[in-house]
Order: sequence, then structure tokens, then C-alpha cells
Amino acid sequence: MELTALTIHEMRKHLAAGDVSAAELTDAFLRRIHELDGRINAFIRITENQAREAAERADRRLREGKAAPLTGIPLALKDIFVTEGIETTCASNILKGFVPPYDGTAVARLREQDAVFLGKLNMDEFAMGSSNENSAFGPVKNPWDPNRVAGGSSGGSAAAVAAHMAAGTLGTDTGGSIRQPASHCGVVGLKPTYGRVSRYGVIAYASSLDQVGPLARDVEDCALLLQAIAGFDARDATSVDLPVADYPATLKNGVKSLRIGRPKEYFITGLDADVAAAINAALEVYAGLGAEIVDISLPHTDYAVACYYLIATAEASSNLARFEGVRFGQRVDRGDGLLEMYRNTRAQGFGAEVKRRIMLGTFALSSGYYDAYYLKAQKVRTLIREDFTAAFGQVDVILTPVAPTPAFSLGEKIDNPLQMYLSDIFTIPVNLAGTCALSLPCGFSAGGLPIGMQLIGKPFAEETILRTAYAFEAATATAERPPLPSAEPAVP
Amino acid sequence: MKITPETVHHVADLARLSLGEDEVVNLTSEMDLILAYVEKLNQLDTAGITPTAHAVPLENAFRDDLASPSLGAEKALHNAPDSAEGCFRVPKVIE
Amino acid sequence: MNAMKSRYEAVIGLEVHAQMTTATKIFCGCSTAFGAPPNSHTCPVCLGLPGALPVLNRKVVEFAIRAGLASRCTIAPRSVFARKNYFYPDLPKGYQISQYELPICIGGHLEIETKEGARKTIGITRIHMEEDAGKLIHPGEGSGYSHVDLNRAGIPLLEIVSEPDMRSADEAVAYLRKLHQTVVYLGICDGNLEEGSFRCDANVSVRLQGAARFGTRAELKNINSFRFVKQAIEYEIERQIDLVECGGTVVQETRLFDSVSGVTRSMRSKEEAHDYRYFPDPDLVPVIVSAEWIDEVRTALPELPEAKIDRFTTALNLSRQDAELLAADRALADYFEACVAVHNNPKGCANWVMGEVLRGLNESGLSVAACPLTPENLGGMVARIDDGTISGKIAKTVFQEMWDSGKSADRIIEEKGLRQVTDSGAIEGIVDEIIAANAEQAAQYRAGKEKVFGFFVGQVMKASKGKANPQAVNDILRHKLAQG
Repeated sequence: MELTALTIHEMRKHLAAGDVSAAELTDAFLRRIHELDGRINAFIRITENQAREAAERADRRLREGKAAPLTGIPLALKDIFVTEGIETTCASNILKGFVPPYDGTAVARLREQDAVFLGKLNMDEFAMGSSNENSAFGPVKNPWDPNRVAGGSSGGSAAAVAAHMAAGTLGTDTGGSIRQPASHCGVVGLKPTYGRVSRYGVIAYASSLDQVGPLARDVEDCALLLQAIAGFDARDATSVDLPVADYPATLKNGVKSLRIGRPKEYFITGLDADVAAAINAALEVYAGLGAEIVDISLPHTDYAVACYYLIATAEASSNLARFEGVRFGQRVDRGDGLLEMYRNTRAQGFGAEVKRRIMLGTFALSSGYYDAYYLKAQKVRTLIREDFTAAFGQVDVILTPVAPTPAFSLGEKIDNPLQMYLSDIFTIPVNLAGTCALSLPCGFSAGGLPIGMQLIGKPFAEETILRTAYAFEAATATAERPPLPSAEPAVP
Repeated sequence: MKITPETVHHVADLARLSLGEDEVVNLTSEMDLILAYVEKLNQLDTAGITPTAHAVPLENAFRDDLASPSLGAEKALHNAPDSAEGCFRVPKVIE
Repeated sequence: MNAMKSRYEAVIGLEVHAQMTTATKIFCGCSTAFGAPPNSHTCPVCLGLPGALPVLNRKVVEFAIRAGLASRCTIAPRSVFARKNYFYPDLPKGYQISQYELPICIGGHLEIETKEGARKTIGITRIHMEEDAGKLIHPGEGSGYSHVDLNRAGIPLLEIVSEPDMRSADEAVAYLRKLHQTVVYLGICDGNLEEGSFRCDANVSVRLQGAARFGTRAELKNINSFRFVKQAIEYEIERQIDLVECGGTVVQETRLFDSVSGVTRSMRSKEEAHDYRYFPDPDLVPVIVSAEWIDEVRTALPELPEAKIDRFTTALNLSRQDAELLAADRALADYFEACVAVHNNPKGCANWVMGEVLRGLNESGLSVAACPLTPENLGGMVARIDDGTISGKIAKTVFQEMWDSGKSADRIIEEKGLRQVTDSGAIEGIVDEIIAANAEQAAQYRAGKEKVFGFFVGQVMKASKGKANPQAVNDILRHKLAQG
């Protein structure tokens, strides 16, 4: 069997049965990474030695019959996760050489299970971007079409899964950064409810919006990954002390009588025809499965992007103040004093998009503008949250497109920041409301590019959106899918 | 609110960013464009609306006054671009 | 000159930063112990490493509530942490976590007594919780570097802001002393000015007497003793009056106090005013203080100076003066009461504590906590004076022995045979001998030379090796000398 084509749940069976070892799995993935990643650039760093050592530990544990659900499973982590002893850059020049002295919580929970980490994944610098073109390590290419973006900011996380270079990955989502690349790369991506997964050890972009989530080949894999990392953490004051459901156990509960909302504000004229068709087809599938489709309204949708780009940039401008070359990371000191050291270190260390957002955020918080911008945005945020609260009084799940178009071309939007920001219109409101959402492949464009649909759930109802997604996946399992790029290097 | 190069310079100072001339020009127009876009929030009447400071309504997240292990000076200084005598070292601060 | 100065009124407000004596920092579990090697009490949180997050130490909230109760503040039912954003090498995150719009305590006051003995109420605007920054060390002349030690970064601070109610340097010092005493009494701060655990900044302005508006104020920093507070403020008041009289204007600025020259100097710092861009910290959630929590803290509050003074004067019958002296230092008050617990003679114990004990501590430079003479032993000694076992004079010897050896009074009295002689028969015998041996002086006394009496007392005491009861000696001598 093609080891790298296995899903996590399939791997678990084989590992338990003993017909494959963790070492073999790890080997297979490392080989595939070496063969393919030159064209895709999903990995910033491949941690080969650590991966093999982890596989050894996993195999020992499997032999002793003490395996945990993810023991021996080859995973990879967005380079936003602080990993002890392994360089962590956030895809930024300013953090080149930074070797953290500690592990974040999500990472530690996976390590405890003796999962295998293959490497650190490429991303938009400091999670700021929707295309993974803002990386100090070069853009990530969409495995379905190397001239197209993989999406962002967790572009590497999505591409690695899509190209079978990791069985599953962790990403982060602040305005859509898991869901959108998942959609563009044809994989499943989940943003849990804010507070469901600890942010300790995740380099902060926008503290009130950031969440950690899994990307994987299918819904069951996503559920397995979420199970491993979810739950209260005393080291994160914003993590919620609510019991963690058994996500894999309820996947097959179906969608009979489930009320699915179709918000009219998300089905706008600018929506790509293929995307609209795919989403509408998905709604039909659900109707056929016994779900009730309900027309709803999320009236403040149009204000979400404006709201987000004030709040996120404001919080980011403060979170990124610690990058000044004093205690870690790169320093630019030309001998002309402390102030210049700060200014030059940051000027050279940060990319253009990061600088742009720091500038916007600093402005939004500055004296005289705080009320008009930051505070105003936080009030509009309340309105957007209330939209969802009201909607969930009528429906259990909300179904929308993930992105207005399939993956756009590399370079297409990079010079037009506002255009780039507007492409997050469908994912951003979920972060502002703090609730959970999942991106699930639901079709292809005429040009063969993946299209994802978004399932939004009530706060802490990850179980609901997972089973809703699972039902669709099961119902459409036989649908035709274009083949992935093969392991042979493409003709340049 | 029109963004001028002076505004950009002032904000860059606050953010400790040194900007090249081109950058100032670009940022002036980009910030102007983006801030003009976010003006649309003023179409909404938010009088009496409580701002959302936190996505989840948590309160009183505490820890006990119990010690936990420190990293130790060596680990703390491990990533320092410059250090001396157990301290982080920076160009002289004039007070 | 003075006529000119008296046309003006000084307006002073004080901001105090008090380090909390919690075991760990405000947002992480690193130790707050002073004097550790640089950067040895640090972790990802207080180092401001990427990905680290703050979690609030509950004890800091408790201490803040104590401070609020002691100063009659309103404890906010809901308070919020905010980020104060600025760049400085001793500020790892590039922002300080503090409180801005919603501090934990507002609107209290402290009573002070001015030199003339009048009472004045000084308002407290607010008290809030925040984290301390690290320390900058400047290696030496000619070094182009500064060193950063982050052990102090994250130590919990209470910032206590007074209303601009003080009108003289003396009032400012009185307020400061009162506040200092209060926080030490509450057990929330060790009040060590030299080590920087109690820091004071003064906002000083002047205006013409009767003027409605405040003048422009200058902020004085770097004042680390009560004496310097007085000096700095007095200098600044005069400086501002001189400036205004000469037609100048006071600039709103920060000035450093130079204790060597006694002047304040404008800080050669950034020209731009700080724009701190405060916003609620998204990493921390609101602090909700219920009425129950406040009651819990109130019940556990240590007795404060006023209450203690009242109790000493009414229940223990001490004079107001004695009560104030003893209550000024909580440790001293506790010592005194431990003494009284052993032997219930408050006045007697008080005299020894205020006299010999304090003298001994001052001479040896020790704090009450380090006193080599336990209050229990002292109480034991006072008991022996009161029951006549030893005289007051012999007690002084016993006191010194106890101080030096740590032994109890009884043991020392036993070992050194210091029981005073009260048996009148024995004393009469000695008196008879002395009178007989000093006939000339006896005659002088009988002739009216009163002063000679002292000679006889001295001789009798000497003969009895100091152990004769002085009162008895006195009585018997008078009687026998009179007999002639």
C-alpha cells in the first residue's frame, strides 16, 4: 500500500495490527517530502533526526501495547508553534535563529502521545496573509496547481496534507487561516471555538481571535487531532474549562432533522459561479440526507472585514512589540544607539505586510483615534456576535462558501492589500463571533481546483459540525476527484 | 480621516519602524485606502452597545501563589543577540 | 523673599509603587526573592518570549483588596487589565500589563497628622495592580552598553495614586509615612525603600493662593528615602515659584532628583509625550470581586494602627503617646503584646520595650524581628520586678544578661544570685553597721545635711551588693538615722 496515502485512522489500524511500523511510516513521509517539497515549499524545516527518534519511541510504545490514539502518526506543525529545541521562525526574518526553550501546550499534548513531528511548516509571516505569499521563506505552491496560491496563513499546513507529505497538521486560524487554505488545497480544516484549544506556545497575532486547529485528509482524522489537543489549560487564561466531547465517537450520528442555515449575505453576486454551484449542490445533498435547509440572515456580514482589520491589527501591533532584538531573534545594530537598533531591527526583520498591519494597528490605538477605530470595531463585533447568537436560535449549523473564488494565481492580489483582505469575507465573521467552523472539500472548479464549504457551529458544538461534515463526506465518497500531482518531479 | 506622510512618520515612530521613502509613499496611500474602507463601520449606530473585549465570557482565571521552576539564566539568555555578565546587553540607554 | 513665596500655594500629589510580598510574580510562577543572580528568576512569561501568556496570581488581588479596605476605597466589582504600550529594554513584551479605565480600587483616603498636630484627610484617587519592569544596569563610564536583568520583571506592584491634596513637603512626607506604615502593617509590602519595594513619585505644581486652577505640574522621580522626598519637593516648589516670579512657565516634564546636589533635573528623555495606546489586554479576563470575597479579606485583615492605638489606650491604659510609639511599627507592637501576654503589666512592659529594647536594637542596628531578647523573657523579667524578686536597678543587669545570653530572667537571677534582699532584719543589720562605721556623716545628716542621705544609701547598697530592696533601705535608713 501507498503508506503516505493512508489516513490517520487507517494508519492506526495498521500500526495496531503490526503490519506497519511508525519508523516505516516516518520513512515514507520523509522520502515523499524530499521528493515533492521542492516544488511546493510547504516545509520551512524538516526535522528528520527528531522524527526518527520519535518514531522509535512510538514503536516501542506500540510494542508494549501502550499506544495512544496518535502514537506513531507523522504530523507537522505550522512554524507558529513554539517547539522546544527546534528553531521557530513564524516565517519571519526577525525570528531566524530563535530556538525556543519550551514547548507550547498543543505541541506538548501531541508529544505526550508520541506522535511524530516531521517538521515546521511554511506560513504567511506572523500569520498575516491569505495566500502564504508573505513568507520570508518563499510562497507555498498549491499542490493542485503550482501557479496558484495554497491559501494562508496556514498554507504549508494545508499543502502538506494535500500532497500527502504529512498525515495531519496543526495550523492556526485568526480570520480564516485554517479554513481558507484547507478549501484551496482540498483538505479538511477546523477552527475550534475560541478557548477550546490552548494558545500557550502559539506566537500571538491577534490574541482575541487566534485559535489552534487541525488540518487533515478527512473528517475523522480531524476529529482525532482535535481530541488530542482540546481542553482547558491553566497556562492560558482564555482557555475554557468545559468538558471535551468524544469527537470521533459521535461522527456517525447523522444529520436527520438537523437545521442548516443558508445566510443570504454569503451568496452574493460576486461569488464565483463554480463555488456557488458547489455550495448549492452541497445543500441539496444535505436536504437529501434529511436535514432541513433554512434561509437565515446575518445582517452585519458586510462589516466584518472592516471590523477585523482594526481589531486584529491593533492587537498585533502590541503583540509584535516584543520583537526588537533585545532578548531573542535577529538584531540590527549599526552602532548608532538603542533607538536606531529598534527601528532598524524591526524595519529589516519584518516583511511588508507585517509592517502594514503594525502601522494600521498602531494608528487604530493611537491617541485621538482609539474611540473612532478600535473601540468602534469592538462594538460592531458585538453586533456580529449577536447575529450568530440569533441565527443559532433558528438553526444548528450554518453552511456557507469558504472563499469567494477558488485559489487565485500567485502574485494576483499581492499588490492590492485591500483586495486580499476582502477575500476573507466569509471566514472572518466566525473569528469575530468566537465560534467554531470547519472547511470541507465539496467540489472542484471547472479548472480542477478544489472548492470547500464552510460549516459553522454554535460555540463548543464542534461535535455537531464534525458529524455534519462526516455525513456529507460519507454521502459523496464515490464522487470523482482529479488526481493529485504524482511523486515524479514535474517537467519544469 | 486623510492619512498624510506626517501621520505615517508619527505612527512609524510609535511603532519603532524606520521606513524608506518609498515605503512612506506606499504606506500613506495604502493606509489611506484601508482606513477609508473601514469608515463603513460608521454606517452602524453602536450607541449603547458594549464592546466585545473577549470572545468568551470568562472571568477570574487565577493561579495560586505557588512557585514553578524558572528557566535558569543560561536558558533565558540562550537566544540573546548580545549578553554579558549574565545580562542581556543593549546599546547604552540614556536616561 | 518669603512674602513672595507665601503668595503661592504648592499642590502635591503622590504616586507610590509598592511591590507585593507574594511568593511568586503577578503573571507567572517565578520567585520574587530579592538579590538573586541576574535573570535566574525568569521564564517564558516574564521574559516575554513569543507564545507565552500571563495568568493572574490570585494573591495579588487579595492584597489589593486589603489595601483598598485599609484606605476606605470602593473595591470595584469588576476590574480589567490593560496594556500600556511603550518600548524600553527593561520591558520585555514592549507593553506593561497594568490597569487603566477599570482599576481595582477607587476613591479612598488616609488620615495624616501635620506637624502642628492637626489632622488632615488625603484622598486616594485609585489603586491598581500592575507588573514591575526589569532592571537596567549601567556598567560604567565609557561603556557603550546597558545591561538588562529581568528578575524584577513581573513582580506584582500596587500603584497608589493620591489626590493632589497635599500643600507642603511635610504633608507629603506625613502621607507617605502613613501609607508606608499601612502597607507594612497589612503584610502586603515590606516597605524597603532602599531595595526599591516602596517607590514614590511626586507631582508638584504651584499656584497663587486662592487661584481656582492648578498650575502645570512636574513629576519628580528617583526619590528613595523619606528625607529625600522632603528635600526634593521643597527644592521643586522653590524652583517653580522662582521660575514663575521671573516670568517663566513651568513645563510639564519628568525631573530626576539628584540626592547629592539636592536639585531636580529635567530628564534628557524623548521629546514626544508618551502615547501608551491603552487597550484591554485580550490575554486576561476581567476580575470580579464579590461582596463575599471582600468580607473574607476584611475579616482576615490585621489590626491597623488606629485600631491598635485605640485598644492600647482604652483596654491597656497606655498613654496616647506610648500607644502611638509602640503601634508605629507592627513588629514592635507585636513584641510588646507578646510581652504583656506573659505578664499583664502593660505600662511596665511598655517602658522596657520603648526604653531598653529600642535602645538595644538601635545600637546593634537590628530590626525587631532579629531582637536577641525574646518578648517572653522580657515579660518574665518584668514579672520578677513586680513581685519584688529583683529591684529595678538589678533588672538592668538582668536585662543585659538576657540580651547577651538569651537565657530567661529566672535562670539568670538564680545563677547569679541576684535576688534582692527584702528581709528587714537583714537590712537593719547592714544599716546599723554602716551608721556605726560612719558616725561623722550620721552627725552631719542629723544636723540637717540632707545630701548625706545619698551617701548612706550608696554604702548600704554596696554592702548588700546591690541586692537590698531600695525602698526598704530608704525607709530603714530614715528611721534609724532619725533615731539618732
